[in-house]
Formats: sequence, C-alpha cells, structure tokens
Amino acid sequence: MPMTMTQKILADHAGLDSVAPGDLIEAKLDYVLGNDVTTPPAIKVFEQLGVKEVFDKDRVLMIQDHFTPNKDIKSAELNKTMRCFAREQNIRHYYELGRREMGIEHVIIPDNGIILPGDLIIGADSHTCTYGALGSFSTGVGSTDLACAMARGVTWFKVPEAIKVNLTGSLNEYVTGKDLILNIIGKIGVDGALYKSLEFDGEGIKSLSMDGRLTVCNMAIECGAKNGIFPVDDCTLKYISGTNPERYAKGEYKVYKADEDAEYSQVIDIDLSEIPLTVALPHLPSNIRKASECKDMKIDQVVIGSCTNGRLEDIGAAAAIFKGRKVHEDVRCIVIPGSQKVYRQALDNGWLQIFDDAGCVISTPTCGPCLGGHMGVLAKGERCVSTTNRNFVGRMGDVESEVILSGVPVAASSAILGRVGTPDEL
Amino acid sequence: MRVSGKVFKYGDNIDTDVIIPARHLTSADPAHLKEHCMEDIDASFKDRVQPGDIMVAGKNFGCGSSREHAPVAIKASGISLVIASDFARIFYRNAINVGLPILECPEAISKINEGDTVEADFDTGVITDVTTGESFNAKAFPEFIKNIMACGGLVGYTGSELKA
Repeated sequence: MPMTMTQKILADHAGLDSVAPGDLIEAKLDYVLGNDVTTPPAIKVFEQLGVKEVFDKDRVLMIQDHFTPNKDIKSAELNKTMRCFAREQNIRHYYELGRREMGIEHVIIPDNGIILPGDLIIGADSHTCTYGALGSFSTGVGSTDLACAMARGVTWFKVPEAIKVNLTGSLNEYVTGKDLILNIIGKIGVDGALYKSLEFDGEGIKSLSMDGRLTVCNMAIECGAKNGIFPVDDCTLKYISGTNPERYAKGEYKVYKADEDAEYSQVIDIDLSEIPLTVALPHLPSNIRKASECKDMKIDQVVIGSCTNGRLEDIGAAAAIFKGRKVHEDVRCIVIPGSQKVYRQALDNGWLQIFDDAGCVISTPTCGPCLGGHMGVLAKGERCVSTTNRNFVGRMGDVESEVILSGVPVAASSAILGRVGTPDEL
Repeated sequence: MRVSGKVFKYGDNIDTDVIIPARHLTSADPAHLKEHCMEDIDASFKDRVQPGDIMVAGKNFGCGSSREHAPVAIKASGISLVIASDFARIFYRNAINVGLPILECPEAISKINEGDTVEADFDTGVITDVTTGESFNAKAFPEFIKNIMACGGLVGYTGSELKA
C-alpha cells in the first residue's frame, strides 16, 4: 500500500512493513522531550509508575525555557524539581541557563544536531511539531504520555491521514515562512488539519530556508495538525552537516520519501509568489489580513523571538531593518534571541548594538511573553505585534489585551512606525 | 458509567489558554488549577459549577498548548463530562490519560442549551437532554479506553493492569 512520509516513518518505528490511516500502532521513540512546565507533573507520574530509571538518559531531553530565568518562587520550584531529576538520572540533554547549548527547546534541539531526518520524537509541548522541517516525525503530547514514554521509550499513535501542500514559485522580498504558514492556517482554519499530517511538497520548497521551514512546521499545530513535514533535500543535508558533522558523515539519518501514489485527503496548491506580508488579528491565528490593510492599528509593544521566530535568520532580519532606525516613541520592542548561540552570533555580528541603538530591549532566550509568562506581559487595552505563534484571548497578558501575529519584517517595521506596517514604508 | 448534570455551554475553538491561563501554570496541583479554570472567558464559572456538571462546546475544543493542566483543571472543577463536536488531538489524548470523560457528538451541540440538565451514558454513548427530552448518539469508546476512565486515568489503569 502506498504511504506518505509520515506513515513510512511511523511504520518503520513500529517494525511494520506498512500502515494505513486509522491504524493504532505502538512505535519506538528516538527522543522524548519535556520543558519546565510539563516535566514536573510527568516526574510525579513517573514516580507513581514505580520506575527507577528513564529508558535512555541520552534520549530524554529536558529543557527549561518557559518561565526562565525563573520569574517567581513557584516557577523556581518547578525548575528545581526538573533539575534534581535530571541530575539524579544523569540526563545528557539538560542544560543550565546561559550555557552555549541552551535556549528555547525548539530552537536548540534542531540547532544542536540532536534531531536528524527520519527520527521519531514526542514532546510535552505542542510546538514539538517543529522538527518535521528536517524530515522527521515529531508531535506534541501531555505530561502523562511523556512520563510513560520516559519509562519505556515507546508510545502509541493513531496513524494520520495527510493533507498535501504543494508549493510552487518563490517568496517575495521580506515575505517569510511565517507568512506562508499564516496563510495556510487562514485558508483551512484552526481545525483544518485536525488529527492529520501536513506534508509539504513541490518545487517551491527549494526557495524556503531551513529556518523558514522550521517556522512553518512549528505552527502546523495551529491548524490542528498532528505534524508538519518537509521532504529532505540539499538544504536539509547542508543544515545537518553543520549541526552534527559526525552523525552526518556516518550517515546516521534516514531519508524518507512519500510514494508517488500516496493518498491525501486534500491537496492545497500554493504559489509562493502570491503570499503577501501577512498578520493574524486577535484572537485566532486563522484571522489573517494583508499587513498593508491594517496600517491604522496603533501598537504598544513588539515582541521578536520565540520558538517560531527566534532563529538566526529571524534576528538577522530584524537587525537589517533596525539598522540606523529608532523604535517609535510609544512602543517598547523586546528582542529575544532564541538560543545562546543565536545571542552570541548576534553579538559577534554587531546586531545587539543595532538593537540597543534602536532602543530595543534585548532579552535572554526564554519563551517569556509568548505565553504571558514574564518579560513583556500586556496590560488591559494594550496591543502587541508579535512574531510568536498564538493570539488567543489573554495569551500575552490581560484578557482585554491584543496580540497580532506576524513575521519578523512586519514586526520590526511596526516597532519603528508605532503601528502595523511594512518594510516598504520605512 | 453514567453522569448527570447542568450544562455550561461554550463556542468553537475553546483553547487551553482560556481553560487554564499560562500565568497559573506555576503549579500543577488540581486544587490550585480549579480556582482559575475558564476564568478568562467565564469569570464566574468556578463559583457556579457543581460536582457532576457537564461542559458542552463546539468544534476543536482544547486547541493550543499541550498542557495537561487543562483537562486536569476541568476535572478538578467537578465537571463529569465534556461533549464537543470534536477535540484538538493533544487535548483528546490528555483527557483520556487524566480520566476526564469526553464524547464527540456534533448533532448534540446545536440542540443542547446552557443550563439544561443532561444525562449521558459513557458506555453506550447515549446523551439525553432531560430538559428538552431529546436524545443523541455519540460514538462510544472501546473497552480499554472505558477502563482507563474507570481507573481515573492512564496511571491508575497501568497500575491495575500491572497488578492483574
């Protein structure tokens, strides 16, 4: 039976020759992931299970990023629970704040060369779907599933059917992967891919950078998808040859290709050259508009960062726009490099100086304001243009605050203009 | 397993940020979470909800974050069942794992009103609006999922299976 990429990865990890949509399978996991919010409840469940050791200390990833550096005593206690467990279990991929490997989970896990094509990963964070950009299968779960997976290194899945997104053409200047995924979500709705895979294909893929693909897959969850996945091409191989030269040289990865005659529940054709600079207005990521149609919307804050848009390319794009310009007097702009590596590169490239000269706040890597945790929470009536992933009611602060989602070029331009705006207006 | 209670009705795309806002995720204690359940869209929910009450909502219930705190908060509030047109997949899995009964039944959603008294039989999937007298059929879960619910979640179920 012909299979999609996702189905092939699942079949292989379940030891089966083939799988079909709807099959319930038990699959072997290459990695399991948790963060400072989801891991402490998982540790409690893990202890209730009566298991002494995790299935593989090198394959359980514990990343503190949501409320770090700890915002209050309770979050410090959460982190302490995770830190003590990680030390006790000798977890390899637990890092302290400030270390070169450290940062936001979905920024550092691909960038540290942990995930390679063909891997199967679950994570107790909904944006775990990010790694599909590398041709792996990754999806989000809750703390109980995380705990059981930490114990056994396996979990069960229902094999998803797939939607194929066929890309042609190439993106215009300043238009990014973020604009593409917002347009897909706008087209099919926040439940348009519920329980399904979003599989990307077509010659348009080659015009998307790896950072752009990571952004696209990161937000697959925002249309309900189980996972988003890109085929492996030269761009992927070049990326992993840099992130993990050793495993790349040894060929320790597997390239899966969808069968020509694989079945899809829906095919969406997108000409990348027709994607405009886009924003998603409150309070759903599907509520999209052309950025150029929202120029009367004044703003109080801009956030540039997160697991969606805190990568090197994102921070570099922001620096290019802020160079020689100033943040509008009514706006505070918070720039959050997604990892210590991105932070250091931004320092070496002179970008931090540009941000500082422009009047931006430069934050340590953290999820912080994206989920209304800290480092930029909004007051009643305030409005923020943000490169993050959700604009739900109360997401970044007060229930009467508003988040407008965009890519980096629109966010940076808006910070300078004091309202929603685009780079051509600067 | 049969449940009965008064209905709290909500719309489509009820996300995990409104079920339990992230600012309250510094503790996973159910007693703490229930104090803030639904507060960003229904501030009086926690004061009005009675043990056994039923939540009814539209499509894509529980979209957004993977936080298991969301079904835990609803369960701790005393809600005995959530009926929705459909559920976001991570929430769906988490609800089963923490033992929060859920049923998918699109046709019931448009007919059941806020404040109605509803009875449901989790074994058969039959939902009855006692106030209007109308009945609906949701697809019942397979036996092992019912057993997970009966054990209060995956941990209790795994424990009981290990003993068996």
